[in-house]
Amino acid sequence: MRIAITSGKGGTGKTTLSTGLFYVLTEYMKYKVQLLDCDVEEPDCHIFIKSPPTDSYPVTLSIPYIDPGKCTFCGKCKSICAFNAIIMLPMTKFIEVVTDMCRGCGACTYVCPEKAISEDYEEIGKVTYHDYLSSEGFIEGRMKVGKALQTRVIRETIKHAAQNGITLYDSPPGTSCPVVATVSKSDFAVMVTEPTPFGLYDLKLMTETIRNLGKKHGIVVNKAGLDFHPLYDYISAEKIPLLGEIPFRKEYAMAYSHGHILPEKYESLKQTFLDIFKMIINA
Amino acid sequence: MPDPVEIVILSGKGGTGKTTVTAAFSSLSGNVVFADCDVDAADLHLILSPEIYRSESFASGIKAEINLSMCNGCGVCQHLCRFNAIEPENGVFTVDEHACEGCGLCQEACPVGAISIKHHNNNRIFFSNCRFGPLIYGKLAIAEENSGRLISKIRQHAKAIALENHAGFILLDGPPGIGCPVIASVTGTDIVVAVTEPTISGWHDLERLMEMISGFHTTLYVIINKYDLNRDIACQIENNLRGKGINLLGKLPYDEAVVHALLHGQTITEYEPDGLIRHEVKKMWKTITSNIYEPKSIRKN
Repeated sequence: MRIAITSGKGGTGKTTLSTGLFYVLTEYMKYKVQLLDCDVEEPDCHIFIKSPPTDSYPVTLSIPYIDPGKCTFCGKCKSICAFNAIIMLPMTKFIEVVTDMCRGCGACTYVCPEKAISEDYEEIGKVTYHDYLSSEGFIEGRMKVGKALQTRVIRETIKHAAQNGITLYDSPPGTSCPVVATVSKSDFAVMVTEPTPFGLYDLKLMTETIRNLGKKHGIVVNKAGLDFHPLYDYISAEKIPLLGEIPFRKEYAMAYSHGHILPEKYESLKQTFLDIFKMIINA
Repeated sequence: MPDPVEIVILSGKGGTGKTTVTAAFSSLSGNVVFADCDVDAADLHLILSPEIYRSESFASGIKAEINLSMCNGCGVCQHLCRFNAIEPENGVFTVDEHACEGCGLCQEACPVGAISIKHHNNNRIFFSNCRFGPLIYGKLAIAEENSGRLISKIRQHAKAIALENHAGFILLDGPPGIGCPVIASVTGTDIVVAVTEPTISGWHDLERLMEMISGFHTTLYVIINKYDLNRDIACQIENNLRGKGINLLGKLPYDEAVVHALLHGQTITEYEPDGLIRHEVKKMWKTITSNIYEPKSIRKN
């Protein structure tokens, strides 16, 4: 079963929940569990899962190079490029690919009648394997700083996931393409939220997104304690399963700040996380 | 009339307090235009409760579509697509719209002309006025992409309105992360204010953000929000920033009043007019504005 841990708003507790679930399921349930950090822009799971990488694979993009000697400046590559990544000045016989805008689709190479375009690999990110609690228990996707094709890195990361057992995807925040790239490859989406107006507003956007993708889903309220009725009213009105709540305590915030996995440090939370998992499989 | 100074609030990690800080600045800043560049989850309007006077649609996804009555099932499109967006299902070729990047290669290559590229027009941009000035924000259509282009468009509109109003500043509430929406928010801005929190994750994410920003000609300030949740890490962050020669703009305490202010639809500075946070934020705004000596056109050179 593939479970994506998501949230419209950032900082609600995706990583707290994913690392916590990962810990209790391997440690107490002895399940074969794998955790994938799909928040490739800002991957933070490794701060909690403290183990060095055992293996790594580059994520690459095939970037075209146009040979100005062979180019006849017919303009076919420039006109097919949907990403405006080709600059051409026929008067000065100048043609170049803006690599930051190129998505490596290969359309220019395909249409070039002079075979003036060759391609070379450029690294845009990395997938690393880590042994933690079990062999290859944790896989991290990490986009190179300055690159912009996060969805590509996410898709490549997910390709490395084990095909059996339980896989947890720590999703990026938000509701757009990187989240869709993560959730569309999962069987169940957990939406983490917090009892504040921001938390609720972003949860509504998230619910729309997940429903649009047709995925089973449920909600975990983190930092619970603030009696913010509209959130609970929304959850019951929309009949979305409330999978569980993690209370707000300053000591939990402190433990998080140091990079501790919550149920590892607080025995009392072990059952909370196990119950959330039971709710997921029964939802 | 010099160009307005563009200030963007970023963080790397989500949930560190970008919107809270933006809203706090908004109540102090005077002649300013606001733009919410976190188009995935635009929240600034929840505090500023603006009145919308106009909205417009903006092109979102560009996706391939296969006309099944024309498709002869040759599989050329599937073979060429580098995004694995075309898969035959029971012998029928369909486009996975979430994987399609809209490059148009399949359309070009299809021997029977069965593929067309469809534009979706589902994103919206809202033009509004709030009690502190004009606010422009966007709403990304569900599960859509191109948030980078939507952000650039919002910024263009904000700039036009700022010039019209002779506004001195444009304040942008930015998205989390370091990917294309952040790049679209930073490109060409004058000042980046990064809001972090005293956690190892907060610092790790800020470091990646700072590395990304270092490629731009922009002044960077850092705020450590909720610094008293872990004073040791806050102190380490301060030292690290000093080591890198980066300006610490100030520190803000953890205060439950921030949430209560939000429940009242107020900025923290309105909710606690004599509070410590208002005092600190005022100092920060003064630092930012007093360091802008020359008009933008001169500073750029």
